[in-house]
Amino acid sequence: MKPVNATIIEIRNETPSVRSFVFDVSFDFTPGQYVMVWIRGIDEIPMSLSDHNTITVQNVGDATSALFRLVIGDTVGLRGPYGNGFDLHDPVLLVAGGVGAAPLAPLAEAATGQGFDVLTLIGARTGSELLFQRRFEVAGAVRIATDDGSAGFHGLVTDLNEIADGRTSRHIYSCGPEQMMYALLQRLDEQAIERARFSLHRHIKCGLGICGACCIDPSGARACVDGPVFRGAALVDSEFGRYRRGADGVRIRL
Amino acid sequence: MMTVTGLTLKNPTVLAAGILGTTGASLLRVARGGAGAVVTKSIGCAPNVGHPNPSMVETECGFLNAMGLPNPGYRNYREELSVVRGGRGTGGVGGTGTAEVPVIASVFGADAREFSDVASGLSDLADAIELNLSCPHADRYGASIGIDPALVLEITSAVKDVAPVPVWVKLTPNVTDITEIGLAAEEGGADAVVAINTVRAMAIDIESGVPILGNRFGGLSGAAIKPIAVKSVYDLYGALDIPIIGVGGISCWQDAIEMILAGACAVQIGSAVHNGISVFRDVADGIAEYCHAHGCTVDELCGIAHQR
Ligand SMILES: Cc1cc2nc3c(=O)[nH]c(=O)nc-3n(C[C@H](O)[C@H](O)[C@H](O)COP(=O)(O)OP(=O)(O)OC[C@H]3O[C@@H](n4cnc5c(N)ncnc54)[C@H](O)[C@@H]3O)c2cc1C
Ligand SMILES: Cc1cc2nc3c(=O)[nH]c(=O)nc-3n(C[C@H](O)[C@H](O)[C@H](O)COP(=O)(O)O)c2cc1C
Repeated sequence: MKPVNATIIEIRNETPSVRSFVFDVSFDFTPGQYVMVWIRGIDEIPMSLSDHNTITVQNVGDATSALFRLVIGDTVGLRGPYGNGFDLHDPVLLVAGGVGAAPLAPLAEAATGQGFDVLTLIGARTGSELLFQRRFEVAGAVRIATDDGSAGFHGLVTDLNEIADGRTSRHIYSCGPEQMMYALLQRLDEQAIERARFSLHRHIKCGLGICGACCIDPSGARACVDGPVFRGAALVDSEFGRYRRGADGVRIRL
Repeated sequence: MMTVTGLTLKNPTVLAAGILGTTGASLLRVARGGAGAVVTKSIGCAPNVGHPNPSMVETECGFLNAMGLPNPGYRNYREELSVVRGGRGTGGVGGTGTAEVPVIASVFGADAREFSDVASGLSDLADAIELNLSCPHADRYGASIGIDPALVLEITSAVKDVAPVPVWVKLTPNVTDITEIGLAAEEGGADAVVAINTVRAMAIDIESGVPILGNRFGGLSGAAIKPIAVKSVYDLYGALDIPIIGVGGISCWQDAIEMILAGACAVQIGSAVHNGISVFRDVADGIAEYCHAHGCTVDELCGIAHQR
């Protein structure tokens, strides 16, 4: 598909660094799937759908700051939804770090919609950066961890009691900084790894499974179409947590 | 089993350059998935991030891309080729197994010197070298060189001088007469030509009037270019003595057979991986069944259309 023209109909400040953009175009999607967002004349970048017509963006660089300069009535091009989302199983444990809460909030809502039991662990740098806390609370129980201790547990989300021993009978769904997700994977016992899913951030160019920019070692799986959600077992002894590749294909240590 | 420029292929399907060729592990996956050989992403002297996104877009009749030759540079890419050979790459986690099929390194440069440097920097890890003289959307590279027969001859012979492996030359269709360029490659000592690279094209967003690709224009691949590729291969077969590898819009065994009848000894497949990496196995099986049903080999089918 060519990019579909989408008009911004609402902008929400979620945290000091994160904004949601609501469009007049909506997608039939599985949480975890993403769209390619074309900011004309600047770049086209992958963004998870945080709702059927919404993306939730952290301002980190050129394209995301260009998005932050847009106002209601401005337009972008969207193509998608792309990739494999999360497949839901009861009971649910969500582990969100920073803007990684974006694909997990609609997952929490889908889970409660099916009557599943949902427990969410949210981590952020500081209390004001906790994303979608309300949405997770509506869906179920929530535990919080912040790096600076300004809200909830003072420390890493992976050190929360609910997960600290690496054992859980819940199905784990995680998205966040790779160091956080890797710490989680390393902590989990074998059964938990079998039931864990992680959404990976790799450099996505075509989004179509053709160019090969986002392939991961050693499987050669493409983050853009085989992912971005991968099962824990598929990430053990992989590049996950060790390195990724930049736009030029050069490996970048994490 | 068949041979192409001395390389043994278990079947005549080859992964095209620039498709799933950024990493060694990805090449291994395609090889395991049934390809008879794999070609790498085009590799140059130094790391290059390529053009800004959108670098690829699906059109009503094929795919349009302007990746802009993103690549890690040949020194870094040696790590990826070592993975294909069963290594792990320094600090890497490797791939799965080793490629049991020929691996062809696609190279590009701004001039004969750069082409030779990259080719000699990779040839100990590759079974053949493919010269990308045909990328339609990278300034100073690819097709800006590949439309000039004198440069094609010079670069081909320069690489032949330094490469201890067969050299394939990939041609652009964006010329008046592709056989003129093919003959220059042959005169330069090419062991085979590969035809065709993408066809110059563009798409414009009608809402904003903005060209969709970050590079504004790019190259068309997929179904739309198959008839162009068939005609190019047909013409080259009539003019050249060296083998021709056909590429452009092949997504099923029928497409491959058509290309072979036009004069291709083997085929490359690119955009069709969109529908699954199993395309190599499916096309190879279809070719084998067709050959069985007609009681002939791929060699015997090659170029038959010229006699009909
Ligand atoms: C499947 C997927 C879903 C994502 N969902 C969200 C989301 O919901 N919210 C959110 O804020 N961010 C999300 N991201 C990350 C987001 O794509 C990057 O933050 C964004 O591309 C940065 O662009 P930039 O130009 O502002 O930053 P840059 O200055 O270009 O770079 C900042 C970082 O972003 C990375 N980046 C740049 N271009 C791309 C690209 N084409 N693909 C992947 N990474 C890139 C760079 O490698 C670098 O690490 C997602 C990424 C992926 C792969
Ligand atoms: C995303 C993409 C990247 C490409 N990169 C290269 C490249 O680096 N070098 C090259 O010689 N050809 C490159 N090509 C051209 C292909 O190898 C092939 O010649 C062309 O796509 C036609 O084949 P197809 O229709 O099967 O895709 C690229 C094509 C695509 C679609």
